[in-house]
Amino acid sequence: MGIAHDLGVVRLGNRLPSPIRTLRARSFPYRAPTVPGGVEPPEALRRTGVDFDTGWSRRWAARMCRAAIVEGPMRAMVQVLASPHRTGTDRLADLDGPAVFASNHHSHIDTPLLLTSIPEPWRHKVVVGAASDYFFGSRAAGATAALVMGAIPIERARVGRRSADLAAGLIDDGWSLLIYPEGGRSPDGWGQPFRGGAAYLSVRCGVPVVPIHVGGTGSILRKGRTMPQPAEATVTFGTPMRPEDDERAPRFASRIEDAVTALADEASTDWYSARKRAHASTSGTLTGPEVGVWRRQWALGGRRRTPSTRSRRWPDL
Amino acid sequence: MATERRQRAPRPGLVLDVDRSTPPILFHHGEGFRLERLPAGRSRVIYPAEPLPGLADPEAAIRDALLNPLDSDPLPALLRPGMKLTIAFDDISLPLPPMRRPDIRQRVIEQVLDMAAAAGVDDVHLIAALALHRRMTDDELRHALGERVFDAFAPQDALYNHDAEDPDGMVVLGRTDHDELVTMNRRAAESDLLVYVNINLVAMDGGWKSTATGLADYWSLRHHHNVHTMEHSRSFMDRPRSELHRSNWRQGEVIKANGPPIFQIETTVNNNTFGHDGPLAVLQKREWEWSARDRASFMAMHAGLKAMPPAACRGVFGRWLAPYEMTSVQAGAVEPVHESTTANVLAQHLVPVQGQTDVLTMGLPYICPYNVNSVMNPILVMCLGLGYFFNLYRGQPLVREGGVVIMSHPTRWEFHPVHHPSYIDFFEQLLAETTDPAELEAKYEAQFATDEWYVHLYRTSYAYHGVHPFYMWYWGAHALQWLGRVIVVGGDPRAVRRMGFQPASTLSDALEMASDVVGPSPTITHVHNPPILMADVE
Repeated sequence: MGIAHDLGVVRLGNRLPSPIRTLRARSFPYRAPTVPGGVEPPEALRRTGVDFDTGWSRRWAARMCRAAIVEGPMRAMVQVLASPHRTGTDRLADLDGPAVFASNHHSHIDTPLLLTSIPEPWRHKVVVGAASDYFFGSRAAGATAALVMGAIPIERARVGRRSADLAAGLIDDGWSLLIYPEGGRSPDGWGQPFRGGAAYLSVRCGVPVVPIHVGGTGSILRKGRTMPQPAEATVTFGTPMRPEDDERAPRFASRIEDAVTALADEASTDWYSARKRAHASTSGTLTGPEVGVWRRQWALGGRRRTPSTRSRRWPDL
Repeated sequence: MATERRQRAPRPGLVLDVDRSTPPILFHHGEGFRLERLPAGRSRVIYPAEPLPGLADPEAAIRDALLNPLDSDPLPALLRPGMKLTIAFDDISLPLPPMRRPDIRQRVIEQVLDMAAAAGVDDVHLIAALALHRRMTDDELRHALGERVFDAFAPQDALYNHDAEDPDGMVVLGRTDHDELVTMNRRAAESDLLVYVNINLVAMDGGWKSTATGLADYWSLRHHHNVHTMEHSRSFMDRPRSELHRSNWRQGEVIKANGPPIFQIETTVNNNTFGHDGPLAVLQKREWEWSARDRASFMAMHAGLKAMPPAACRGVFGRWLAPYEMTSVQAGAVEPVHESTTANVLAQHLVPVQGQTDVLTMGLPYICPYNVNSVMNPILVMCLGLGYFFNLYRGQPLVREGGVVIMSHPTRWEFHPVHHPSYIDFFEQLLAETTDPAELEAKYEAQFATDEWYVHLYRTSYAYHGVHPFYMWYWGAHALQWLGRVIVVGGDPRAVRRMGFQPASTLSDALEMASDVVGPSPTITHVHNPPILMADVE
């Protein structure tokens, strides 16, 4: 026994001593104190989620680091996985100053793809609206997202003034914003209705919205999968849009969705055919038909690749 | 600093009297430059106006022009389902150098097509109106029209180059009251509406010349692309005094009577050829305003170009895309549109100049309308200097009759074998016999124009038409008739002599040789072009 016993190191069978188990075996002050009954402890200061401070990620050193990541490993990864075909950047020729880039969203690969596709001078002065509950759930994850993608936390479960103020303040400071108005990745390959965040920020800050359609990334890494598969992706930039006089955010958001829908049509057919359908209001929808699940899947057709599940040649015995 | 410069009002053109304190003057010299000191007290330099500001919102301006045209219904009112719509556009020869994306043609054509899409027009063709120029490559069409338009129409063969030698592709529209034949591309002629999209770089472009020349064939063009017309155009850059345009306008009357309805869209660009910033910005500054940085960048560029072989220099300049900005857009009936366009072009280019000069000097740059992505051969050197630069005047030529033109250009004996096959034969065989444009026209034009091999190359390869070198030579006919001598500084002596000109090693030598013709101590005028200027000579 001796010293080992005094330190609480107990040998169980052949297992090595575990520091965590050792710590758990000790009591206060080695462990956190218990709370006395009837006492309400003060709420701990949250440093995750929407409260995650990302200011440091927009300082000079972090921006240089991010630029090196985006232009180096991120671009190489995107090239290998997505072989992107980028069109429509010429539509941004008359764009001056910050903008809200609004894209449909299928995959985690969308953000690296867009960060390497958005042209200069916006590429290296853009922040990405990222789900606060997903990307900023822990401090390590938040720091990684902020450093690598320039992510800022956006509340998607409810309308949060804090994240809206943060995004608006950054736009006013000359930063562009990349945001996914659908609020998250597509669950089934079809798009989701656009929320009003991009439109609201455009109206509030007086900056244009650049509609973007991303195609093919669902085949690379769709929601629910962990291992990416190389496939070809397209990125189509649309003409910058501004709210019309007295246009409110919901109406503008609807127009942005229509623009992305038309871009989707353009990416899958050709520009003139897409324009004819857009004028005739027959471009289809991003969100797919409102029918049963299997029919929605059926309607996706070749747009989505069925995951290959290797069947066993012999049953498990 | 650059931003401040852009924000102040652009300065008009300037005529500088050279004195002892005037720094050496920049001469373009092909894919290089020369700095030349001009004699004080009897020399002057004409500088172009600074670039006029571009339209703040070009897309809105285009839309406004299409919805509020001159002497025409708005474009959407002319479009209907089931109609046959043809959009013709200027070819690779405009603008010069090619402009940065998005090209003006793309901006305009996308808006036209968007209105056509709204009207449900299915039958749309796009034609590069290149007359007898070489065909545009797919990459060049992509650059001019953008990916979207190219990808939507080229795969269906609805975007293509005009073919003036297609036996089934041309129609005769009639004859003018001067018995000039008028022909037109069949698809354009049989359309319910022909939309022409133009870029006016110089005052010669646009108007009825767009359709009467761009969509015609040799048998129609020969009525105005000839020596008589050129010698009677004073100059062909000044439409009211241009026989070239009078003939085109007569043909336009026939098109108006027997051809398709035409909706003309004309645009103008400013003088921002080399940019306000960047490596070539120094080329559009006045020499005494060159900063230390400008001088350093010029010297580095000059030394680098001298160390590189000509083909590499061509590659460097060939990649330069001008940051032109659109200064105006007008649409509607051809005549009123062109009047407005010409006024906008002249607002940028005209520089008032008092009196003529004995000796006119010019530094010829690396590019002219017929060597984009190609080689500037000696015939094109002659055409650029004696055709374009000499004719950039209004009133009377800058140089007096019997005076001397001194051009600075390497004038290498080299040709692009794919683009300019007939030029080679013209230069090596015909010019060895005579340099008289009238004699060349009378004896050889028809032979070259109908040569089956040249026709084959024009139709299936990327060759200029067999007759094209004749037109280039005619382009300088007025100057050849007017001048006492033409001297080329720094050119290949063999090539220069083949064209009937005199070679000189230095500008001093050239001025000495010029004094044999115009007398001692002649007055000298240098046109600091490009960016483009047009002398308004009183």
